[in-house]
Amino acid sequence: MYDFELVKPASLQEAIEAMQAEDAQALGGGQTLLPTMKARLAMADTLVALSAIEEIKGICTDDDGRLCIGGGTTHAMVQRDCAESFPALASLAGRIGDPAVRNRGTIGGSLANNDPSACYPAAALACNATIVTQNREIAADDYFLGMFTTALEEREIVTEVRFPVPEAAHYEKFIQPASRFPLVAVFVAKYSDAVRVAVTGASSDGVFRWNEAEAALSGNFSEDAVKGLSAPDADGMISDLHGDGAYRAHLVKVMCARAVKACA
Amino acid sequence: MTKVTMIVNGKSRSAEAEGRTLLVDWLREGLRLTGTHVGCDTTQCGACIVHLNGEPVKACSVLAQEVDGAEVTTIEGIAGADGTLSAVQQAFQDYHGLQCGFCTPGMVMAATSLLRENPRPSEAEVRHYLEGNICRCTGYHNIVKAVMAASGQDVPAVAAE
Ligand SMILES: Cc1cc2nc3c(=O)[nH]c(=O)nc-3n(C[C@H](O)[C@H](O)[C@H](O)COP(=O)(O)OP(=O)(O)OC[C@H]3O[C@@H](n4cnc5c(N)ncnc54)[C@H](O)[C@@H]3O)c2cc1C
Ligand code: FES
Ligand code: FES
Repeated sequence: MYDFELVKPASLQEAIEAMQAEDAQALGGGQTLLPTMKARLAMADTLVALSAIEEIKGICTDDDGRLCIGGGTTHAMVQRDCAESFPALASLAGRIGDPAVRNRGTIGGSLANNDPSACYPAAALACNATIVTQNREIAADDYFLGMFTTALEEREIVTEVRFPVPEAAHYEKFIQPASRFPLVAVFVAKYSDAVRVAVTGASSDGVFRWNEAEAALSGNFSEDAVKGLSAPDADGMISDLHGDGAYRAHLVKVMCARAVKACA
Repeated sequence: MTKVTMIVNGKSRSAEAEGRTLLVDWLREGLRLTGTHVGCDTTQCGACIVHLNGEPVKACSVLAQEVDGAEVTTIEGIAGADGTLSAVQQAFQDYHGLQCGFCTPGMVMAATSLLRENPRPSEAEVRHYLEGNICRCTGYHNIVKAVMAASGQDVPAVAAE
């Protein structure tokens, strides 16, 4: 790793100030950033550790019934504390990586990073969650802008994520066992007025909504409605040694059908 | 350099750390506690697992300065003061849960956490919990047997036998 200065603000206000330094970067759980820095694929002059900021950790429900999760909340906390309020999200969090990764990695770090195979982006997009920063609220529909790219500006910190809790939901993950990330995963969220389907791991543009499945499921929320569709276009799907684009496109349909079945 | 102090295996210990010093390097080089191993650069192998404030973490992916003041348990803190092995350690020996031993400190730390959270896990739960620990030698079956034995349960005949 290249050397840097580590600062440990105790409050959000102090963190916002520390982020004004030249070439400063936020450090969430470090489960992506530190290995990247060890490989010298990233560097910063100052790392601003968010882990001591209690006000951006924890889970509560707001007046509109939305589940509000602090940006510094670990995957392990979501796994444990959302098991009743939003079981599909707790189950997603409980399948990220392994127990040690879940004890450090945070929802804010995952959404800021927007890895094309990450789990949380699928949940946030399927629920049209609101991503909150010190400056503004961003709808998930406007937030994910492509692989490793989001609407966040430099120095913006994800302080909270607000999820409208669906009537029924399920996250179906086809795991790539070496990395523990999904090869392809689908989050299905059924609301009283709409069904939303978000896909991760498949597209080289990162997480996306599968519109055809949403339309079919809005009329008929059943596994058969998905089975009647053709798989999404394989063009633009990730192709690598683990699976080519056509295989991933096929998996999107299979994972979506399984997720719908599990919702029933 | 900054002086960093933690409660390590029950004793207050201090050593210098740069901003970039990893917890695992602080333990190994600063305190000469070399039982915690480094098996990868990618946060994937689990050889470096220690307990940080009671929870398993990969010490290669935590900064020492960030956790100044924390309580840490390493593999050196698992056996009794008189050298008596813990139930998990003894079971690894009894069931041949190690060969070269490189992954073993992380395996023992992870298995110890599992049994604290879930004292009688199923075989599937053991395998699921140890997903972040890679072993190049054993093929895992004897590790799973050791953890089942350490939990006081019958040791399963595994599929590969
Ligand atoms: C072995 C292994 C397996 C994994 N498996 C999975 C998996 O199955 N699914 C999955 O989704 N992920 C997986 N991950 C990634 C893991 O979930 C990371 O924790 C996560 O991607 C990044 O979160 P972090 O808090 O560790 O962020 P960091 O690594 O600290 O930071 C990542 C990026 O986000 C920025 N950042 C961090 N916090 C904030 C914030 N609050 N506001 C703004 N920017 C911020 C940082 O500056 C950096 O650019 C795995 C990681 C490992 C090592
Ligand atoms: S050395 Fe820490 S996970 Fe491999
Ligand atoms: S015993 Fe050799 S790596 Fe596990």
